[in-house]
Amino acid sequence: MDFIVPDFSPALPEIVLLGLICVVLLADLFVTDERRIITWWLAMAAVAVTLLAILGSAPDLRTLTFSGSYVADPMGQILKIVSVGLMALVFIYSRQYLTEAGLRRGEFYTLSLFALLGILVMISANTLLTMYLGLEMLSLALYALVAFDRDSAVAAESAMKYFVLGAIASGMLLFGISYLYGVTGAIEFGPLSLAIRDAGPDDVALWFGLAFLVVGIAFKFGAVPFHMWLPDVYQGARTPVTLLIGSAPKVAAFALAMRILVDGLPELHGAWQGMLMILAVLSLGVGNVVAIAQTNIKRMLAYSTIGHVGFILLGIFTGTEAGYQAAMYYTITYVLMAAGAFGMVILLSRRGFEAEEISDFKGLNSRSPWFAAMMACFMFGMAGIPPWVGFWAKLNVISAVLDAGRFAPDGVIYTWLAILMVVFSVIGAYYYLRVLKCVYFDAPEDSAPLTAPREMQVVLSVNALAILGLGLVPGTLLALCASVIG
Amino acid sequence: MDFDYLLSLLIWLPIAGGLVVLAIGDGDDAASPRASAMRLAALGTSLATLAASLPLFTGFDRASAAMQFVERMPWIDTFNVFYHLGVDGLSVPLILLTTFITPLVVIAGGRSITKRPAQYFAAFLILEGLMIGVFCALDAMLFYVFWEAMLVPMFLIIGVWGGERRIYATIKFFLYTFLGSVFMLVSLIWLYVQSGSYGILDFHALPIAMEAQILIFLAFLLAFAVKVPMWPVHTWLPDAHVEAPTGGSVVLAAIMLKMGGYGFVRLSLPILPDASQALDWLMIALSLIAVVYIGFVALVQQDMKKLIAYSSIAHMGFVTLGFFVLWDIEQSTGSVSGAGLGLTGGMVQMVSHGLISGALFLCVGVMYDRLHTRNIADYGGVVNTMPVFAAFMVLFAMANAGLPGTSGFVGEFMVILSSFQASFWYALLAGTTLVLGAAYTLWMVKRVIFGDVANEGVAGLADVNGREFLVLGILAAAVLLLGVWPAPLVDLMSVSVDQLVEQMSRSKL
Repeated sequence: MDFIVPDFSPALPEIVLLGLICVVLLADLFVTDERRIITWWLAMAAVAVTLLAILGSAPDLRTLTFSGSYVADPMGQILKIVSVGLMALVFIYSRQYLTEAGLRRGEFYTLSLFALLGILVMISANTLLTMYLGLEMLSLALYALVAFDRDSAVAAESAMKYFVLGAIASGMLLFGISYLYGVTGAIEFGPLSLAIRDAGPDDVALWFGLAFLVVGIAFKFGAVPFHMWLPDVYQGARTPVTLLIGSAPKVAAFALAMRILVDGLPELHGAWQGMLMILAVLSLGVGNVVAIAQTNIKRMLAYSTIGHVGFILLGIFTGTEAGYQAAMYYTITYVLMAAGAFGMVILLSRRGFEAEEISDFKGLNSRSPWFAAMMACFMFGMAGIPPWVGFWAKLNVISAVLDAGRFAPDGVIYTWLAILMVVFSVIGAYYYLRVLKCVYFDAPEDSAPLTAPREMQVVLSVNALAILGLGLVPGTLLALCASVIG
Repeated sequence: MDFDYLLSLLIWLPIAGGLVVLAIGDGDDAASPRASAMRLAALGTSLATLAASLPLFTGFDRASAAMQFVERMPWIDTFNVFYHLGVDGLSVPLILLTTFITPLVVIAGGRSITKRPAQYFAAFLILEGLMIGVFCALDAMLFYVFWEAMLVPMFLIIGVWGGERRIYATIKFFLYTFLGSVFMLVSLIWLYVQSGSYGILDFHALPIAMEAQILIFLAFLLAFAVKVPMWPVHTWLPDAHVEAPTGGSVVLAAIMLKMGGYGFVRLSLPILPDASQALDWLMIALSLIAVVYIGFVALVQQDMKKLIAYSSIAHMGFVTLGFFVLWDIEQSTGSVSGAGLGLTGGMVQMVSHGLISGALFLCVGVMYDRLHTRNIADYGGVVNTMPVFAAFMVLFAMANAGLPGTSGFVGEFMVILSSFQASFWYALLAGTTLVLGAAYTLWMVKRVIFGDVANEGVAGLADVNGREFLVLGILAAAVLLLGVWPAPLVDLMSVSVDQLVEQMSRSKL
């Protein structure tokens, strides 16, 4: 039997990251609590070097390696850049918070980096098993992170919920994978797609497996009705962990859906399209309506995530390149806004005080007009008001859906989907406005100055201004998304 | 002189000025040098914008219906969206109205705004830029961006500086108008998907089937009817007006309501002539309901701002009546000559209503600053203590009632005249406004201004100060000027109106 040395270069960023994680893990053992900042610097360095490795790899075309189980392509590269950048945001936003909460332990950084590694593997997965591997690496790291504050009963409860439900979802995914493998004998996306084409898409066993796969994807996205874990986990976890869960894993979920459904099962488009539509419409409705009833801002943002997932799923639902790039654009811009919004929650928290209620934002305009404006950027962005970038993201999806409806036999459904999207955007605008009502119209109940470190303030401001800037000049990112899809 | 980038200048100058004002900040108190510098920057920006808009009036070619001062460059290649600006005779008057009203609002704000004045002035300046953007945009997506972005400063203006129920009012305002606009967004995207372009002028030439036209017309109607506002989607307006600070009410009444009317002439009528014709009965009916029914509603108001708000709705009914009466004229007289009169009347009415309602809200603001009440019952005999103010107030009230010699008469007369050509009954119902308008306005004036001094508060009133005199005086001059000599305004738009009539009477099926 010949042993062929595989081409490692497409997986270089992941290999580099894994090596650096080991360095961080080992170095942290020798760092005392007072000097934990060293771990922070090492983690940041790991993120930076990984980013350089990703930028350096620059794949122009799809490159397969490891016997076809690993793929490097332009779409993956962009998604990886975004994920790594988000992880840097997480570290920057959470540094002082963790110190003040007495949670400055090295595990936070190693677990986060392992989660990042899982995300990168998912983005590059080209077989169902690689995908599963990455997903589990991400999920296990996240379960542990949610329970990171071990003295908190709430955190432990939500970690338990997350773990049990996540395990069931992983089981579903595996079950679906085994069905597909049983029917087609392939786990690599390319051959899988060919095998389905040859066998014809009408095999009930395929559909059965597909349904389980879609359930797994929906769980990771947090799409209704597989969203139950999401609000509890968002609320129960410490805010930096919520920030982590709410940002980069959404990119991974998008990659999961794109790789499995679009790369692996394009022949079953007719079957998964309907499933995604139902998930998307339910997510839009439940997410946006239930968010109105929330008083806890982390919970509100959790339901708002569910609403946004509806848009992302509708982009994928179209089955067109325009739809995929719209979903990708939506994912990237949404995670930027979500990271910033949770960053604001961290900004307002301080030693012994969690700014978890929407009412904690009262009078922010009197305390700091600048950060009130930054919060306005995040909220108007999420609400989809032009000129903030969230508007273009919504427009892009709506446009793709209407465009896909032109050639579809039941085009009127697409028009109704577009109308549903805008109506739920209006409903969604209400709870974002309610936050801004606290920020701008109410008198402050708490006039303590904001004590966040300078670098967090600067990065958070850049994050917010990026939401505005990308909205004023949306062409570049739109063109980038369009160029890497298809 | 070269005016290549005039429109961009008009849009971005006030926005940049607003940011400068924000950067200067409030200072320690109203008398501090920093606060003075901030107010000076705000006033300077608004006056500079007014000055920059003058070439629009002098350099505008009145013989051409084509878009002028055009700027066009790619903005978003993926969607084929252009940064495309241009003006014709329908938009120039409204832009001039905007640049004329904003400095007055800034002057009127003066030192009377004590809560976060820098943000107040910045909000108005940014709002001015965005509103001018709406009137200039020739790309539907650019139009929509300005149209929606405009809500943000107004949301803050009402919410931060408004009255007691400001939060309810501002969220209602935002959601109401947002809900109306999103259907327009879907329609615009649909038109893009059909035509491959977001150019409004391309939409004008795009043939559209009747069924689609009707649906798009209804979607546009929702967006514009909420803005105008037309009965029965007017209910946000009295709330917003009553709770908004004086400057907010002025801008809302004088300019933002005109967005709806402008939307009809820029989008609905030329893009969807057949649907407009098919549904003109609906538009005329809603307009007449606004004129008559809302007129009666205005009659019973106890709150001055609410009364003026309802009177605005009734007057805007004239605007929509004038816009949609064309086909009935064609039917009853057999030709469309003279049909332009209704459109011209509607446009003149928009400008005139902008001046008059703005002035009336400023008058209420003058009294509110002194006694902190808007209730009619809390006043009486104001003429005894504020004679100069009373003179202004009576003038604007007369103008609101459509007295000949004031600008209020010109537009109403043109619309009634053209509706007479269409049907006697339209004209009769529209004509009731002359009675109703006079009734509610003059009755309010009688109760507030005339009679004996009603209470100690009124007895202690001081007459208008120099700043108030300046603002009201400028508006009074404008109202009278347009009343006796409307020709410059009518000339400005006549060719564009003719082109619109031609577009409206050409089927696109």
